Amino acid sequence: MKQPMLNIKNIETYYDRILALKGISLSIENGSVTAVLGNNGAGKTTILQTVIGLLDDQPEKGSIFFQGRDITGKETVDIVKMGIGYVPEGREVFQELSVLENLMAGGYMHNSASAKETIEKVYRYFPVLKERQKQMAGTLSGGEQQMLAISRALMNRPQLLFLDEPSLGLSPLLVDQLFDIIHQIAKDGLTVLLVEQNANKALAIADYGYILENGRFVASGTVEQLKRDEDVQEFYLGIKAEESVRATQRYKRKRRWN
Amino acid sequence: MIGQLIMTGIVAGSIYALVALAMSLTYKSSEVANFAQGEMAMFSTYVAFVMLATYQLPFWVAFGGSLLFAFLLGLFLHLAIIRRAKDPNVLNLLIITLGFQVFLYGLAGWKWGSEQRVLKIPVSQTETVEFAGLIISQLNLATILVAILLMISVYILLRFTKLGLAIKATQQNETAAKINGIPTRRIVAITFGISSVIGAVAGILMAPITTLDPNMMIEPLLKGFAAAVLGGFNSLAGVVCGAFILGIVESLFGFYISTEFKSIVAFLIIVIVLYFKPSGLFGTHYTRKV
Ligand SMILES: Nc1ncnc2c1ncn2[C@@H]1O[C@H](COP(=O)(O)OP(=O)(O)OP(=O)(O)O)[C@@H](O)[C@H]1O
Ligand SMILES: [Mg+2]
Repeated sequence: MKQPMLNIKNIETYYDRILALKGISLSIENGSVTAVLGNNGAGKTTILQTVIGLLDDQPEKGSIFFQGRDITGKETVDIVKMGIGYVPEGREVFQELSVLENLMAGGYMHNSASAKETIEKVYRYFPVLKERQKQMAGTLSGGEQQMLAISRALMNRPQLLFLDEPSLGLSPLLVDQLFDIIHQIAKDGLTVLLVEQNANKALAIADYGYILENGRFVASGTVEQLKRDEDVQEFYLGIKAEESVRATQRYKRKRRWN
Repeated sequence: MIGQLIMTGIVAGSIYALVALAMSLTYKSSEVANFAQGEMAMFSTYVAFVMLATYQLPFWVAFGGSLLFAFLLGLFLHLAIIRRAKDPNVLNLLIITLGFQVFLYGLAGWKWGSEQRVLKIPVSQTETVEFAGLIISQLNLATILVAILLMISVYILLRFTKLGLAIKATQQNETAAKINGIPTRRIVAITFGISSVIGAVAGILMAPITTLDPNMMIEPLLKGFAAAVLGGFNSLAGVVCGAFILGIVESLFGFYISTEFKSIVAFLIIVIVLYFKPSGLFGTHYTRKV
């Protein structure tokens, strides 16, 4: 079997004494787009932050392999250097730096000639950023900041890209455009782990999906499998089932089983 | 006369500006005002003194050696002391820097005593130059020029170099800097080193104006702090302007109102600013994300 790009084995993450991830396993195939869906507080961001090493001394249990190498508990900077890009929830651009400076900061680990080359490539995905090179990032619109955050992460030329709720707070039209570009970036060869509440949009561009509830995966599979799953249809894709009360009960029962 | 007074104010302002710049740089990186900044500068100045007086080294060697020492002292403060603190809050960090200040002060007093020494520098304090109808001593002119040169260097560093970009990125959003591969802890340590060097230059400029003794930086530190508050701690250009304003206001106050109460100006300014515009004259009010 081919070695997965990322292999998360049974991790447990705590915030103080609260168990936020209760044994998560996830494997990402090379060149695929994997979506993790879940409601507020399910633990989506926590998964990404655990993998990238932002949570001190976490995960408490389990292990994480990137391209076959153990990265459990490593420093963020070293993990990023190995080839993981991270677009955090809420964009987190450098507000008081210009668009260009944000991108150069993203290319920190490369020399400036090669960073400038990458910038040109990134501008091809997001031409609006080129027009706004000199503008302070804090004055960009939400959508432009999201584009900048993605571009900044691409500056390191990662093999794997984490996207944490890119659709957050954007108009439906902009979400469509943004997801088209993310889809294109993936088609150009980047492996993507996409965390979303917008299940419809995420599953439209994903190959695999995982459903996260309360720090546990309650369903997973190819997108086709998930789309056929009645519970996923009702609770994540908003497709109405006829007997919704009974469905809820059935669903709750099923969740306890997992 | 007023021109001469303003000139005196600019000389003092240059020193305040360097101290304020040093404090503001580390403040932006660590969210803590480093109250050991003055004593670190004083100690570095003594290092220059020892190299000059005891080892009879040429001035420029002593100057360079002192700055190198200052840089290492800054790294040491961050790597060995501040970073060791477990989950520190701002108050803890403040107390740590106060502790370091007391330590350096005590060490200097023990090693060199409280007697006042003379730091010999290659510019004259008595010879003057005339400049636009104003008379200014060589020393004062050198003070202004060196300070301005250093400020320009800091500007170039932050504006045009990769290290400067990393420093600014880390100051604005440390987590975001990390996930872009910027080694934030190293960058913050280097920022402490740079601040310490800026402070040391202020100390070396200050020593011939007053004298070299363990108390020499106490007043400049407080003035620099006042200048930083006046200008707005978050804006480097702001703190420099604040420093020159403070220097000039002090000089005019000393001549027209009262020499004895000259020192009170700085504290009046702190109180007034904290009352009416806590972010300072030029400070922007953005909240830093950690
Ligand atoms: N710093 C923290 N300290 C304590 N608990 C936390 C912390 N961060 C998150 N949690 C808790 O961990 C759980 C998972 O949070 P997480 O942010 O991963 O959810 P999420 O799925 O990303 O939600 P959202 O869609 O709202 O971003 C939540 O119950 C949250 O309250
Ligand atoms: Mg989240």
